[in-house]
Amino acid sequence: MGSRSATAQYLGIALFSGAYLLLGFLVTNSYYQLIMTLVLLWATMGLAWNMLSGYSGLISFGHAVFFGLGGYTMTIVFVKFGLTPWLGIPLGVIIGVFAGIVIGFATFRLRGHYFALAMLAYPLAMLYVFEWLGYQEVTLPMMREQPAMYAQFSDQRVYMVLALALTVGSMLVSLAVERSRFGMSLLAIKQNEAAAEAAGIDALSWKMRAMVLSAAMAAAAGGLYAIVLLIVTPQSMFGMLVSAQALVVALFGGVGTLWGPVIGSVILVPLAETLHAELGNIVPGIQGVVYGLAIIIIILLAPEGIYWRIRDRLVARRAGEWAQPVERAPTGEAPSTSARPRPPRGVIAQPLLALNGVSRAFGGLKATDDVTLGVVEGAIHGIIGPNGAGKTTLFNVVNGFLKPHAGAISFAGSSLVGLKPHAVCRLGIGRTFQVVRAFPRMTVLENVIVGAYAAAATDPQAERNAYAALERVGLADAQAHALAGALTTQQLRLMELARALAARPRLLLLDETLAGLGHDELADMLAIIRRINQEGVTIVIIEHTMHAMMKLAESFSVLDHGRLIAEGPPAEVVKNPAVIEAYLGKRWMDRAQDPLA
Amino acid sequence: MLIDVFQALAAGLLVGGTYGLMCVGLSIIFGVMRVVNFAHGDFMMLGMYAAYYLVTGFGVLAFLGPYAGPIVGAALAGPVVFAVGWLLHRFLIARVTGARVVTAEAEGHYAQIILTLGIALVLANGGLILFGSQPVSVQTPLSRQSWEVGEILFNQARTVAFVLAPLCTLLLYVFLARTTLGKALRAAADNPISAAYVGIDVDRCHRFAFGLGVGITGVAGGLIASTQSFQPYIGFDFVIVMYAGVVLGGLGSILGAFWGGLIIGVVQQMSTLVLPYQLQNTAIFVVFLLVVFFRPSGMFGRAAERA
Repeated sequence: MGSRSATAQYLGIALFSGAYLLLGFLVTNSYYQLIMTLVLLWATMGLAWNMLSGYSGLISFGHAVFFGLGGYTMTIVFVKFGLTPWLGIPLGVIIGVFAGIVIGFATFRLRGHYFALAMLAYPLAMLYVFEWLGYQEVTLPMMREQPAMYAQFSDQRVYMVLALALTVGSMLVSLAVERSRFGMSLLAIKQNEAAAEAAGIDALSWKMRAMVLSAAMAAAAGGLYAIVLLIVTPQSMFGMLVSAQALVVALFGGVGTLWGPVIGSVILVPLAETLHAELGNIVPGIQGVVYGLAIIIIILLAPEGIYWRIRDRLVARRAGEWAQPVERAPTGEAPSTSARPRPPRGVIAQPLLALNGVSRAFGGLKATDDVTLGVVEGAIHGIIGPNGAGKTTLFNVVNGFLKPHAGAISFAGSSLVGLKPHAVCRLGIGRTFQVVRAFPRMTVLENVIVGAYAAAATDPQAERNAYAALERVGLADAQAHALAGALTTQQLRLMELARALAARPRLLLLDETLAGLGHDELADMLAIIRRINQEGVTIVIIEHTMHAMMKLAESFSVLDHGRLIAEGPPAEVVKNPAVIEAYLGKRWMDRAQDPLA
Repeated sequence: MLIDVFQALAAGLLVGGTYGLMCVGLSIIFGVMRVVNFAHGDFMMLGMYAAYYLVTGFGVLAFLGPYAGPIVGAALAGPVVFAVGWLLHRFLIARVTGARVVTAEAEGHYAQIILTLGIALVLANGGLILFGSQPVSVQTPLSRQSWEVGEILFNQARTVAFVLAPLCTLLLYVFLARTTLGKALRAAADNPISAAYVGIDVDRCHRFAFGLGVGITGVAGGLIASTQSFQPYIGFDFVIVMYAGVVLGGLGSILGAFWGGLIIGVVQQMSTLVLPYQLQNTAIFVVFLLVVFFRPSGMFGRAAERA
């Protein structure tokens, strides 16, 4: 979320459009008017790229596929059936969105460079398909009698106004996304997808929505581009340069912000077009060289783009003003702190979490081997065992990161097997990680808000719940607006705990939350965990040091080499010979039993 | 009908051999060093033009005659491309790869794929400026002649390339497996931090390995130059071919990459039996997508190395 308010953003967009219109109507040279139109079209392409790749971090090298489908659909229905572009462009957008959904389902399984490579393949494949179909060069028929009907205006400025409308529309959509849980979820996915999933974010669904919006913008830009230039060729619609240009303007101007693509396009497109016009005959590839050099320079000097460079400078200058505390969220409805009333003690309850014969292997290694255990509602249950005993794997199987190869897992009566992590989270199971998985470039509050979405109908409600969760762990005031990347280990663990709490879980899975804490910090953390438990949250906690756990947990399950070797109250478990052997080794056992040793 | 199948198979094996060699080059960079190089196809394009100008343009190799000239030209394309790759790595790519960015895995990849895309654009369009857009090829008598085995035709230039490509691969394999320098290169590429601890000059090794990777692909480009016509934009087509081969063969496996490339060649040629000629590259893209979806660790790759 930007630090500027929505009004300032709207005002900025209005000022930009006003100034652009004014400039456009002052310019009389139709070639410059064309360039001004192209600037807007490429800005829209940049916004389209930014919608998917800038916010979610999945780098697309193939946005030409949507651009081309938009342009070719409009052209083909115009040429073949005489359908006006006013309908042809929306039709192209529909086809582009359809392609986006198909491509998304196929390609979101891939990560990083594989995603980029696969995206590169789609437009190249389309390029050959359209060449093969015989659409090497299709010109739009001239409709001199009804120019308005067929969007063929002799005045270039009309196209500029149309392109401006498209750009402004795309900016408003981007702004709406940025300022809602949509944008926050995408940012969280970009920074740590696993953590986002575990915090209840349905990564696939959000990425798919971003893809749909992105494809729609790109297809609309492609359709408009075709009516402006009156000709389509496979290279101009599906070519590598189209995809590259979308990426370059966004990257150059600033990734992940709605102003970035506009800034990038305003600077780069006139430069490349002018060079192309002046020198195109002598040096035909000059445009591509300019874009290529722009990419190289920006990635080496300012990999986040111009917008962020300028913004960081400004923010640094205003750093003094930031000292005073930031406004608190409005406290309209009081957030309920305790999730559910604690069931009375002494009643033998059904276990809240029940594992039955759960196994998971990695190749030949049985990381979790036929584990059966139950956790009663309201308990603090410890899972202990030496390093490599399979404790974290057990959590990963429960929360959906891994599928069990055998066995059943049920939570409050419903099966968890086969559910994705975000779905498990939404059922009421929160978790933390052995190595804290934060969203380092978000503030502490934003980190926790991402966790709160799972249990909040509206965004303000999510913010209130996030505040409440921060208060429960004692981070509410001092650190709430600090960047997560700047926290200490203990603060990070508390923040992660708050993120899990913000989703109002019934059950918390804590993975070595006590590890690496100093003596006082440990006491604080134990107190916080106990308090959360007293407020009604059942807790399962992994630890491999016995000492702190003896004070905290009411019952233990001991794992060794993936197998459950003992369970029961702490005092009994620590005397169990199998447990001592697992921790200390067989030789120790022999010595312990030999009174003379 | 059956003869068509055999003819396509033969053609596939012949082009596949050279594809295998270019995949081997990419494999050193992508498979072993884990550098995502989108410009790899354009280095191959440079190899093609290097061979073209050495053989045809400047006539430097005219004295070798029409048969040996193209082969020596292809071999010499290697050092030329090696030098370009070495320089680009020294001044650009090294800034976003190697030990310094190992810690920030995701961010490092992000910078790499975008930087190398920029390099690809500059090479392809710079090539357009320098070499022109007119398709050219290295003309040799071999390109137009074929050996006949039964009823199946073996294009002579492709057959020569088919024989030379595995030879180069084997030489490279022996170099990497047996020599001290080769072992140092593999160590530096595989785990830069550990390699630095045992006293290997990692930066030098990375530059050399990158140059070697693109150089090998340059040789493959030089061999292809006498079998088909090409223009400066050809790199973008081949970059998919090469990644498909490397991923199919398995990341990190040099010989696997050769087999991967060979299979891609066969798929490309066999596809012409059922698909129109223009769609043969589309068939490769489909194979590439199928491979990354269903077998991202490849045939010879370590299963643990998931994307």
